[in-house]
Amino acid sequence: MHQIETTSIRTVTSVVIGAGHAGLAMSRCLCDRSIDHVVLERGEIAHTWRTERWDSLRLLTPNWQSRLPGFSYNGDDPDGYRSVAEVIEFIASYAKAISAPVLTHTTVTSVRSTETGYLVRTDQGDWLCRTVVVASGACNVAVVPGFASKVPRSIKQLTAQDYRNPEQLADGGVLVVGASSSGVQIAHEIHRSGRPVILSVGEHIRAPRVYRGKDLEWWMDAAGVLDERYDEVDDIARARRVASLQLAGTPDRSTLDINALSEIGVTVVGRLGSIGENGKAQFSGSLRNMCALSDLKMGRLLDRIDEWAQRNGFDARANPPHRLPPTRVEPAPPLGMDLASGEIKAIIWATGYRPDYSWLGVPVLDRKGRLRHDGGVVSSPGMYLMGTQFMRRRKSALIDGAGDDARELSDHLASYLRQNSA
Amino acid sequence: MADAGSIANNGVNVAALIAAREALTDTPAAAQFKWRAACEWKDGTHSHSTVEGFYGLGQEQHHRRTFTFDADHPEVFASEDKGATPVEYVLVGLASCLTAGIAAVAQHRNIQLRSVTATLEGDMDLQGILGIDDDVRNGFGGIKVTYKIDADAKREDIEALVAQSQKRSAVYDIVTNPTNVTVVVD
Repeated sequence: MHQIETTSIRTVTSVVIGAGHAGLAMSRCLCDRSIDHVVLERGEIAHTWRTERWDSLRLLTPNWQSRLPGFSYNGDDPDGYRSVAEVIEFIASYAKAISAPVLTHTTVTSVRSTETGYLVRTDQGDWLCRTVVVASGACNVAVVPGFASKVPRSIKQLTAQDYRNPEQLADGGVLVVGASSSGVQIAHEIHRSGRPVILSVGEHIRAPRVYRGKDLEWWMDAAGVLDERYDEVDDIARARRVASLQLAGTPDRSTLDINALSEIGVTVVGRLGSIGENGKAQFSGSLRNMCALSDLKMGRLLDRIDEWAQRNGFDARANPPHRLPPTRVEPAPPLGMDLASGEIKAIIWATGYRPDYSWLGVPVLDRKGRLRHDGGVVSSPGMYLMGTQFMRRRKSALIDGAGDDARELSDHLASYLRQNSA
Repeated sequence: MADAGSIANNGVNVAALIAAREALTDTPAAAQFKWRAACEWKDGTHSHSTVEGFYGLGQEQHHRRTFTFDADHPEVFASEDKGATPVEYVLVGLASCLTAGIAAVAQHRNIQLRSVTATLEGDMDLQGILGIDDDVRNGFGGIKVTYKIDADAKREDIEALVAQSQKRSAVYDIVTNPTNVTVVVD
């Protein structure tokens, strides 16, 4: 790592903001194209993994699938799922292997346009550059509904970002809000700690961990599902908003879905619709349809995989096709609960994340605060994005998605530099 | 699905709906609508409601004519049964909203519908509205909607139509989620 002593303005062709897998993959591709650059990192490499993940989390993609430009897994457990420590080690090893020019503990405080490019200000001095790559992550801020302010004070509230382990929680009931990847894993772990769990389920996407004897990610990778491009799907704005697959890196490769959770005794209720002034929570009556939508969506994915397997001669090499039993929903799931009754001691908000662009002083955000970009090419010339949901491909937010995106965007960036050379 | 090349016709102008969606994405103010109804008490439990104007696309709008609705209670409640009960209007609202949605989604997915019929049933324990038991709610304990759909599509695709229609239905949302209701006296 480089130590910077001067506070005068330095000049570099490209500034990459963020030294996670996406920023590092871009750094490697910029190196390959001989484009001088720095990677600015607010903390240590893989900062988010070091500071904003719960203890037992495992990467939801198998080890073999973490392929970065010039780097891949060569251990003896290709089908396993990395622990948080192993993900940090993997990303740090990558930074070392590619000799990435990372400046750690350098927080970007603002980015503004100049006549020739951008001025990037940090708490460790300023940079003038011609291009900027925003690789600061898609999950900087946990999104919590406004009515969280109505939760009685006696209840401890944590987001999936603050949650570490069940030891943080008092004995007693826990309401987990959200049933995507984070929510189901946290609900499972807290239930196993002996605390009664109520899981509030809105839109989610059910997925079997293993299908026909192979990891679902293997099928999605092989059948080209993960390579689907942003300009090939019907409604990219919607595709980018879709919740993450309900997958978990379970050491025994078991599927963690609503059925698995209700079987062990987790109470499943509908989407949390509101909390009143009196501390009364209301759950939506839409649970049955949320589960039906999810089952149907999963069925379409498995149909697509089966068709691909048949066309490509995999039927003989994989187990026969099968379908999961429909998600079971109680005849009359509870529609409300009194949060002031003392039954619930903690609420975990696993209600999604959003990026933080509050430091970005360039007018590239839409009215919802989303960055306007075309496959990672931001609407402000010379600015690029990396590592967000379905940015260029379905896999763009995965570690495995950074390589293809970085190769293409660094090509675009290089040709931008050529066309706009002084 | 309709055969490759053939285009389903369910009488829904999806192109116009998609154009409206695009236009309203760019002008969120025009997407702000207000729906209205007026109601006048007649006699007993009989009331007469009208629907005529609404607000949207930045200005006052009107239906082609005034629609009227008589509501009453049935004879078993010692009323004169001059119209459907209010709770039956809720069922009508839910059914017609979901059914319109099915037609629109089918058109968008190029699925030709031949017939769509729904029957609805809402369970209600009258001990709630009669104040006999405070633990019983006034409204429906549950609503069951049963569709029979004949269409050029696989069963999964028809189920997906019905699921998507629920996901995008205003009345389904109104009955499954809480809404702030303010009633004032002028």
